[in-house]
Amino acid sequence: MTRRQIHLAAHFPGVNNTTVWTDPSAGSQIDFASFEYFARTAERGLFDYLFLAEGLRLREHRGRLHDLDVAGRPNTLAILTALAAVTEHIGLVGTLNTTFNEPYELARQLGTLDLLSNGRAGWNAVTSSDAFHGANFRRGGYLDHADRYVRASEFAALSKALWSSWRDDAIVADAETGAFLRDDAIARVRHESRLFDVDAVFDVPRSPQGRPVIVQAGDSPDGRDFATEHADVIFSLHTEFADAQQFYRDVKGRLAAHGRDEDSLKILPASTFVLGDTAEEARERSREIALAQVRPQTAITYLEQIWNRDLSGYDADGPLPDIEPDTGVETAQGFAGRHAAIRARVGQLREQAAAENLSIRELVIRLTAKHTFVGTPEHVASEIDRYVQERATDGFTVVGHVTPHGLDEFADRVVPLLQERGSYRRAYDEGATLHDLLGLPPVVAPART
Amino acid sequence: MPDRIHLAVALDGAGWHPAAWREATARPTALTSPAYWRGLARTADGAGLLFATIEDALSLGGRSVEPDAETRRDRVRGRLDALLVASFLAPVTRRLGLVPTATTAHPEPFHLATGLQTLDHASRGRAGVRLVAGSTPQERANFGRHAEGPTGLPASGRVEDDPALLAAFREAGEVADVIRRLADSWEDDAIVRDRETGKFLDRERVHNVVFEGEFFSITGASIVPRSPQGQPLVTALAHQTIPYRFAAEHADLVFVTPADAAAVGGIRGELADAAEATRTLDEPLRVFADLLVLIEETRGEAARVWNRLQDRAALTTDARVVVGTADDVVDEIRALAEAGVDGVRLRPARLPADLDAIVDRVVPRAAAAGILIPDDGAPTLRERVGLPRLASRYARQEVGA
Repeated sequence: MTRRQIHLAAHFPGVNNTTVWTDPSAGSQIDFASFEYFARTAERGLFDYLFLAEGLRLREHRGRLHDLDVAGRPNTLAILTALAAVTEHIGLVGTLNTTFNEPYELARQLGTLDLLSNGRAGWNAVTSSDAFHGANFRRGGYLDHADRYVRASEFAALSKALWSSWRDDAIVADAETGAFLRDDAIARVRHESRLFDVDAVFDVPRSPQGRPVIVQAGDSPDGRDFATEHADVIFSLHTEFADAQQFYRDVKGRLAAHGRDEDSLKILPASTFVLGDTAEEARERSREIALAQVRPQTAITYLEQIWNRDLSGYDADGPLPDIEPDTGVETAQGFAGRHAAIRARVGQLREQAAAENLSIRELVIRLTAKHTFVGTPEHVASEIDRYVQERATDGFTVVGHVTPHGLDEFADRVVPLLQERGSYRRAYDEGATLHDLLGLPPVVAPART
Repeated sequence: MPDRIHLAVALDGAGWHPAAWREATARPTALTSPAYWRGLARTADGAGLLFATIEDALSLGGRSVEPDAETRRDRVRGRLDALLVASFLAPVTRRLGLVPTATTAHPEPFHLATGLQTLDHASRGRAGVRLVAGSTPQERANFGRHAEGPTGLPASGRVEDDPALLAAFREAGEVADVIRRLADSWEDDAIVRDRETGKFLDRERVHNVVFEGEFFSITGASIVPRSPQGQPLVTALAHQTIPYRFAAEHADLVFVTPADAAAVGGIRGELADAAEATRTLDEPLRVFADLLVLIEETRGEAARVWNRLQDRAALTTDARVVVGTADDVVDEIRALAEAGVDGVRLRPARLPADLDAIVDRVVPRAAAAGILIPDDGAPTLRERVGLPRLASRYARQEVGA
């Protein structure tokens, strides 16, 4: 019996406390050389794709810029397209918002990335509706929260229609007759709804993979519905084995209703890893990394975000604050719900801290710096393989904790073991598109009327 | 001896002649391929051209207002996003400035600004942009956000006679302003990585842009740290009063289309008047003249090719057209240099054929004739044009406070 094949994505280190900038080997988070190095490492490790998050506004904390974590990152589309020029095989997947973009423009940008990379583009479609991020955009925070996924779903459908509006053989370029396009080369795309009024003729030819791969990351019921309708990959947060298996069954079980088979949607949860020559050494390193990820200031800041209070007088190595959270002014809209939610969250944290006798810092380590796989390369490889063979995931989105070297060890020490187990590719197929790498069914252009 | 000038090239599809794709030297099925663009850019880069502009538009028919632009099948159709083409070319070129065209009517100014900053990082200081005002009805239909807008030049041919076009130029001005403000929002040394204090960022050196305009508002800093050039090289193409004013107020460099060298003085005069009225940038506006060129070994062969192209599709253009030998083109460049332009942007009638001719024959002869500014090794595009690197405006404010 052939083994299920593992799919891996490489997450460029982001702007939260997972990324340890204080590490002596940490490099620039913005120089192109860092991105090139990371992409080449992922390609050396035969990953399916490189994954990039998106910034729409710098993080703030209590009304001021958050200054403890890495900040500042590139425009997603521009950096991925630059990386297309220095890589050959690896997929390039970017996070791009459906609220603060327009379908025609985003589809042509992703179409451009897809053509310039010879079919290696992907789009992690995310939604947002808040006024904080909206402040940087023409329409501001214009979208009702409830409409986020309505817009996202229509956006995706409209984008797919644009990407399939060109025939594969649209360009004939017959110098003799003077016909550049064949007669029915491009279908007009009409979409009229409460949220869109588009009457478009697309201007980017069809790519070798038909259209970019679509990734989805939200975990809400609306997010799962979006995924089962539109996505090719889910970037989930379900990494605990039993939980992951349950999520896998749930999502894959919904596909039949959409006329899709199991292989057409891959589930690649976020995961972190720490290696050591022995289990003991790996545990020690994991502890060191966690302490670097959650410095005392980081822990206090984390609680301040929940408490909405200045907690700088508290000792991170001491117990949780006994002061109650500031839940805002009572006249504020939606006060009751928010008030209850904050109270509940604080109660939950107090319970957890009490049950395990945790300091502030230890609690925040539990919450934000728990590493998915810790052990020898053999252990990590066997765990990853177990998740895939036993249908808890189709693979993982690996998040390194140091820029740009965070993936080196994984590529050098874990990947060869996955290959030995017969669960991972030994080379890229020449000319493979990202759809091919992920083992997704080919994109079928809709029949023309 | 004339003042020395710069040479740049304007890249678009199969070239600037609408029948160019039918030539045997054309590669009409490769116009949206990575190999095609990599080849063009490396050719221009290797010859030491100052920069390449890349055309763009947000509809199939481009900026054409011909009624059949969306449906006719005898023209090159299909293009790539110019900012992303430039981003793709950044790592595979060394010295060439990369100047994509950007429409200002539809895209989010924030995305455009961060895209240009990222291009500047990826190219290590070679990013520019050519800003285009306004939109066409088909672009508006593609976006579906605004039904109203300009429908081409009014009967008078003057921008100032159409309120929608005037508004479009004001909007383009706001976009130019915001691109520069966001580029300045991080000071050069905002990233401190101070392990003692635990601060990655000095938040006093990152500034929220607060821009309230007629067309949009922005509240926030860029997500991209300050790039090698600080600000990208901002350029515009202009043919008449309102666009001249736009360029004088907002651009570092303007492309103009003198009918001949004798017309340069008048255009420079108009630009100087506009600058007098509106320019607040410290450096004078750089002026580049456009020439559309078709180059063959002999004038006879050039004329024969030109006639063949014109028989297939008549070219209508704003720029002076030179059909002839490399020496003819060098003579034209020399005349423009003597007339006082800072540079010449060549629009190849055919790609890659006329770019190859520019690189193989025009550039060496112009250099030998002493009319080209040699590459002095200045690290960024702005510095090659002679623009000093400026500190963030917010840093300057602090010094003055």
